[in-house]
Amino acid sequence: MNRSTIDLWVGIFVAAGFAGLLFLALKVGNLASFSTDPTYQVQARFANIGGLKVRAPVKSAGVVVGRVGDVRFDNESFEAIVSMNLSAAYQFPRDTTAKILTSGLLGEQYVGLEAGGDGMMLKSGDRLRLTQSAVVLENLISQFLFKSAAEDKGAKK
Amino acid sequence: MRLDDLSARTAKLRARFEHLGSTVTSQIWRLGFASRFLLYMMLHSGTAFRRFRLTIAQVYFAGVLSLIIILVSGLFVGMVLALQGYDTLQRYGSSEALGVLVALSLVRELGPVVAGLLFASRAGSAITAEIGLMKATEQLSAMEMMAVDPIARVVAPRFWGGVISMPLLAALFSAMGIFGGYLVGVQLIGVDAGAFWSQMQAAVDWNKDILNGVIKSVVFGAAVSWIAVFEGYDAPPTAEGVSRATTRTVVTSSLAILALDFILTALMFTGGN
Repeated sequence: MNRSTIDLWVGIFVAAGFAGLLFLALKVGNLASFSTDPTYQVQARFANIGGLKVRAPVKSAGVVVGRVGDVRFDNESFEAIVSMNLSAAYQFPRDTTAKILTSGLLGEQYVGLEAGGDGMMLKSGDRLRLTQSAVVLENLISQFLFKSAAEDKGAKK
Repeated sequence: MRLDDLSARTAKLRARFEHLGSTVTSQIWRLGFASRFLLYMMLHSGTAFRRFRLTIAQVYFAGVLSLIIILVSGLFVGMVLALQGYDTLQRYGSSEALGVLVALSLVRELGPVVAGLLFASRAGSAITAEIGLMKATEQLSAMEMMAVDPIARVVAPRFWGGVISMPLLAALFSAMGIFGGYLVGVQLIGVDAGAFWSQMQAAVDWNKDILNGVIKSVVFGAAVSWIAVFEGYDAPPTAEGVSRATTRTVVTSSLAILALDFILTALMFTGGN
């Protein structure tokens, strides 16, 4: 084996290694969608965010329009403040509502935006006024139980 | 009579303690020597980079020749992960998460660790045997006679060749494993291809998962290469000594990989979310 053949094989090896890394970056992780296209940040207050995590998607009509940038707890209003980074390519009216939704029965939670009818568009630093908290399964079940108990009593009378 | 018995027993006990003490001392002495050896090698690595062909030849030796075993093992590990993962996930009706399971377990843990173990047994043992035999046949002393530093000329290129090869091998192992998981999950079992890839892409993070996996594989590569070159350099210059050193390389570096993996995982993945 002379030198040039070794160089060829090492070159192939190194190129293949970097190709593997590139595959992991682009196809497995989604580095491409982390592009540096400009974003603007809006905030929303929720009474309960359920299991929402940082980097969860923000969707409107099912399309990912941004990501959750930060989740904080407000000491004065005892609410959660969720900061969302929305892509500058998508503009929303100022009276847009934000809901915390779940994809599928056990899936991850995301923020759903529903556009309103205002003529003014959201700017960076704005706050969404209308929000709807995450659905907590325990609350739903207890509501259902109380309601069915009440109906039973009504039927007996 | 009884006194004699007693003194014989204390002598035996004393010999045992002395043996224990000398074992511990010699291990600590070896650790100190290995650390000094690493420092000396780092300071004399100039030749390995100035005459980069020396290192390239070692990348060929440690990396290219390990490709077959790494690629085939990666493929099979990914295929087994997909089979086992599907079996459990479909009970909870979430077989679409198969891609996430395969990708995260490979990129975070199995890629660096299994590739590191294979690298230790395939390349690490060979490096130890080669350096040990060079020492036993007095090639290293001959170099010193010619005013050539054997650590700079022989040891450092092998070390850096291993450090360069290991992350590339681990990345190929992970990529191949995910391809194997895709083959079994999507082509054989019939998980939806779109869900397989999109859920994977949503869950795998570049910094948190892939970059941490690369850091792990660099650390494992450095640890295995260090242990391999040191065991070879420190081997007694006999056939038995070289064979023992080769065994020690595989055992020590496998244990080092697993222990380092625990420490790195604790540092990387347990921070508050």
